[in-house]
Amino acid sequence: MTSWPALLSGLLFGMGLSLSGMTDPAKVQGFLDITGAWVPDLAFVMGGALMITLMMTSAILRRGKPLLASAFNVPNLNTIDRRLIIGSATFGIGWGLSGFCPGPALLSLIYGYKTTFIFCIAMIAGMFGATLFNPRPHP
Amino acid sequence: MGATALPEAFITPLLGGLTLGAAAMWLLFSLGRVAGISGILWGGMAGPDRHWRVFFLMGLLIGGVVIHAVLGMPVPAQSSTPLPLVVFSGLLVGFGTRMGGGCTSGHGVCGIGRQSLRSIVATATFMVTGVLTVFMIRHIVEGAL
Repeated sequence: MTSWPALLSGLLFGMGLSLSGMTDPAKVQGFLDITGAWVPDLAFVMGGALMITLMMTSAILRRGKPLLASAFNVPNLNTIDRRLIIGSATFGIGWGLSGFCPGPALLSLIYGYKTTFIFCIAMIAGMFGATLFNPRPHP
Repeated sequence: MGATALPEAFITPLLGGLTLGAAAMWLLFSLGRVAGISGILWGGMAGPDRHWRVFFLMGLLIGGVVIHAVLGMPVPAQSSTPLPLVVFSGLLVGFGTRMGGGCTSGHGVCGIGRQSLRSIVATATFMVTGVLTVFMIRHIVEGAL
C-alpha cells in the first residue's frame, strides 16, 4: 500500500538529483567554492526545489491528513540545540571535503565508482557512530 | 573549472530542483512523510517502519538510471578526492546528519519548505561549514603545496 507512492517519490527524486548535477562531487565543491572559481549552477537546484516546497507544503499540511496514510509524520521540534548545530556543522565539513551529501552519494552507486562505494560505507558507519551519542529517533 | 555564463547551464539544475521539490511534495501529500535522504536511509536500515523507505531508495536508484541510461545525460566523473579523505568525509556526513537530524534534502529542501526554524538554522550551518571547508582545501591547503 505504501510501496508505490514511495517508489514514485524516490524515482522522481533520483531523476531530479541526476538532472540537477548534484551527483557530480567536483561540481558541488565548485559551488561551495564561493571565493574561487564559483560554479553557480547548483544554486538553481535549491532555488527550484524551494520554489515548489515553499509554495506547497503548508497547503498540503492544511489538508489534515495525507492521501494514503493516517497522519502526517513531520518533525514538530522547534528547539535549536547543540546537537542540531554540532551535527549540521559536522555534516557541512564532510560535505565540503568530498562534495558528497547523502542523496547524491547513494544515487552515485549506480555509476559503479569505488570512491562512492567507500563513501557510502563510511557514511553508514558514521550514522551508527552517532547513535553512541544519545540516539534520537529518526524524524 | 570556470563558472559558465551560458543560460543553458542553469536549465538542467533548475529542472532537477523542480523535480526534487515535486518528489518531496508527492511523498508528503501521499504518505505524509519527509523526503530527507539521510533519515530515509537510516530508517530503512534501523527503523521499525522500513517498508516505504526501501521502496523510496529503490526508486532513487532507478531514477538515476532513467536519466543517465535512458535519457542519455552524461555520467559525472569519479571523485578525485583521495580515499582516506573520502572515508573521513563519509564518517562526518553520516555522523553529522544523524546528530543534526537531517541533510541537504530533509533540512534544506523539506524543512525550509515547512519554514522550520531548526531546518533554516541547520541549512545555514552546513552551508557555512561546507564553504569554509572548501575554502580551506582549495585556497589554504592546496595553495601551500
